[in-house]
Amino acid sequence: MTDRLEGREKVTGAARYAYEYPLDDPAYAAAVQSTIAKGEITEVHADAALRIPGVLAVLSCENAPHLHEVPDAELALFQSRTVSYRGQFVAMVVAETLDIAREAARHVRVDYVSEPFDARLSADDPRLYKPDTVNPVFPADTEQGDPEGAFNGSAVRVDATYTTPAEHNNPMEPHTTAARWNDDGTLTLYDSTQGSSPTQEIVAQVFGLDRTHVRVISPHVGGGFGSKGTPRPNVVLAAMAAGAVGRPVKFAVPRQQMFATTGYRTPTIQRFRLGADADGTLNSIIHEVFEQSSTLTEFAEQTATPTRVVYQAANRRTSHRLARLDVPTPSWMRAPGETPGMFALESAMDELAFAAGVDPVELRIRNDTDREPESGLPFSSRNLVACLREGADRFGWEHRDAAPGGHWEGRKLVGMGVAASTYPAYMRPNKATARADEDGTFTVRIAAADIGTGARTALTLIAAEALKADADRVTVEIGDSSLPEATVAGGSAGTASWGTAVVRACESLRGKMNGSVPPGGLEASADTAAELDARDEYARHAFGAQFTEVEVDADTGEVRVRRMLGVFAAGRIINPKTARSQFIGGMTMGIGMALMEESVMDPRFGDYVNRDLAQYHVPACADVRDVDAAWVEESDPHLNPMGSKGIGEIGIVGAAASVANAVHHATGVRVRDLPITPARLLPLL
Amino acid sequence: MDSEVTPVHAEITLLVNGTEHRLRVDTRASLLDTLREDLGLTGSKKGCDHGQCGACTVLLDGRRANACLALAVAHDGAEVVTVEGLARDGRLSALQEAFIEQDGFQCGYCTPGQLCSATAVLDEAERGWPSAVTEDLRGDPVLDDDEIRERMSGNLCRCGAYTGIVKAVGEAARKTQAEEAKA
Repeated sequence: MTDRLEGREKVTGAARYAYEYPLDDPAYAAAVQSTIAKGEITEVHADAALRIPGVLAVLSCENAPHLHEVPDAELALFQSRTVSYRGQFVAMVVAETLDIAREAARHVRVDYVSEPFDARLSADDPRLYKPDTVNPVFPADTEQGDPEGAFNGSAVRVDATYTTPAEHNNPMEPHTTAARWNDDGTLTLYDSTQGSSPTQEIVAQVFGLDRTHVRVISPHVGGGFGSKGTPRPNVVLAAMAAGAVGRPVKFAVPRQQMFATTGYRTPTIQRFRLGADADGTLNSIIHEVFEQSSTLTEFAEQTATPTRVVYQAANRRTSHRLARLDVPTPSWMRAPGETPGMFALESAMDELAFAAGVDPVELRIRNDTDREPESGLPFSSRNLVACLREGADRFGWEHRDAAPGGHWEGRKLVGMGVAASTYPAYMRPNKATARADEDGTFTVRIAAADIGTGARTALTLIAAEALKADADRVTVEIGDSSLPEATVAGGSAGTASWGTAVVRACESLRGKMNGSVPPGGLEASADTAAELDARDEYARHAFGAQFTEVEVDADTGEVRVRRMLGVFAAGRIINPKTARSQFIGGMTMGIGMALMEESVMDPRFGDYVNRDLAQYHVPACADVRDVDAAWVEESDPHLNPMGSKGIGEIGIVGAAASVANAVHHATGVRVRDLPITPARLLPLL
Repeated sequence: MDSEVTPVHAEITLLVNGTEHRLRVDTRASLLDTLREDLGLTGSKKGCDHGQCGACTVLLDGRRANACLALAVAHDGAEVVTVEGLARDGRLSALQEAFIEQDGFQCGYCTPGQLCSATAVLDEAERGWPSAVTEDLRGDPVLDDDEIRERMSGNLCRCGAYTGIVKAVGEAARKTQAEEAKA
């Protein structure tokens, strides 16, 4: 139970985020967004802005420096006259102060030739196509047996379509970069990123620099949830602006502009068909997904991939179809794929439980499997059943009346729901160094990121254990691309991946030390690429079970989560204190997904209309009452030296279905379209 | 040259965390930008710049306020306490200690606003100010979990640290009350 190591800095305001580094004579940038969804820029009128005292430069497609092409077309800022979505950055003002920059940005006039566009996702769009792979490299489609035939021949069938809306990550810290070109031609970036090494690599490519000439510094990052997992336009804009004016430039994407330019979760349309025997044993699972990307970049969310993992069935099919619309580019948002996919799967399982007359917990246990259904691989460990049993026991599931609807407490309808969670235990190759000094202290270096996950603290505990030293003698340096190369804080793979490199570096150091440290100290390094390549083939996933009790106001349709418990099996938990916060944080975001989060596309204009935190609702303190997380002991020798699985994302997976299933139990009403707002629920009560 | 876009400046004085600052500010500048960019007090955070997230919350003349919604020029002579001013002589306040103990934050970006807000919540309860969930308006409100959740709902936390925040504020409230009872 170790307190967060940077806790004191964070509670005193001393922890510096990207915008907050003292820079010599900084200038400030403000960006201009396109007001059309599709077309060409004919002219950019910068003169009015340039006449304002304090304006240093206006950059656009008419004068921007050439950038090198990289796979992510979102980074080709001002490189063409083509507008691909409404809200795309089309110009930028750099000025002496932020107030001047913002004022001047309003005076930049952009003329366009507008073209017809389409920003509406539908399951019968003729442009839907099968992507080669879904994020990151999963097959788009899979099929085994005779799924249609088995479905049609099943005694109990569920055939339902679920939708999830576009959702925005909305980390509290906006996407921010402070950029400085140094006298020797190198570029220093203070950047709000989930990965200083990958950002360094990509920014170097964009500006045609040697990788070592870019340094990305990001010791503290104000959340990301995937949206800071890859470089976003802010980093390129700030660097471009700093080059143009010959001074450091600071740029934070205003909250309203984040909704178009920093990624979001694609909306999904998901048709599920489940066919089962009378006792609920699954014969057939068919999961068809429809989702969107922009015309700029193909991002195909892996929505059906959890369906390939969780339950047995001899006959099964999954498919993803993508429409490239004239919309902002979707990207990673906490557990992309698993989050929307498991809302649909776990809602469908709940429907099956009622159709078959089987308890929802028992139905899931009945369809458990000891091999990954589609690959046939054994699980390195799988404790879904233990999570379900433990959760049911702790939550008081046995007091639940099986019949849905009609559980009145005054004017409130009360109900309980359950859903399973799963998330892959990914691992990526990393490098680290470990150093021993004569004074008995150790320094471990790796370009990992702590975006609030507790990574700094967990890595320190991991290093101390490997060094057999007290944690207070170990310093772990992270958040800087000049440290040994590390992978992104994403895919819940950070601690497992970085931690393995840290352990190997520390083990190597201990081997060299042989009990003593010579004058000048000792250092050792590690690279885990070969170790990861040599791993045995297993299906590696974390599992969990989420239980929710809701009350529904029968007069207003308002849903309140009374209690929520997640029980997880995620390997060894490195630091219970920060792990609990990770699980609960994910579950809290899941409450938002279930009840309030929705980015509303206006197809007449082609962008999201609710572009701030007053209109895009995320859970507030009063929305989160009794939310708790627990875990079952899990020892898994096939993972990594720590025996850990990732925990950053599994908390949100299944959470929304757990809430929706509780709403059904309370009211008898099945809401298949998120979020479950009063407007959606009340007419059905 | 449009006269409407020529910056207008004004001289103001701010007493920030006990130190007096004489400043020349753009009349468009928010108190938040003035604290962060002119005074280098970057503890107060900008999450939305529209008074919607609470990350910029400071104590302005003793009451909590969104510094992003306050124009600096409108607060000439004001006393401001930011997160940097909550610890005394290097000693953390009971709230700051409780936030660490209860892990009432993850990324830390909303934390300065949460702490300033919570500092005001303790004070408001002490003064007997009711909230929307206070049932008995005649007595002093007791900061139970429902009261804390209601009073802290102007400060968003996307990491979802609310359960820790509520515990931390409750713990600090009890500690503060106990110390006052002793005194």
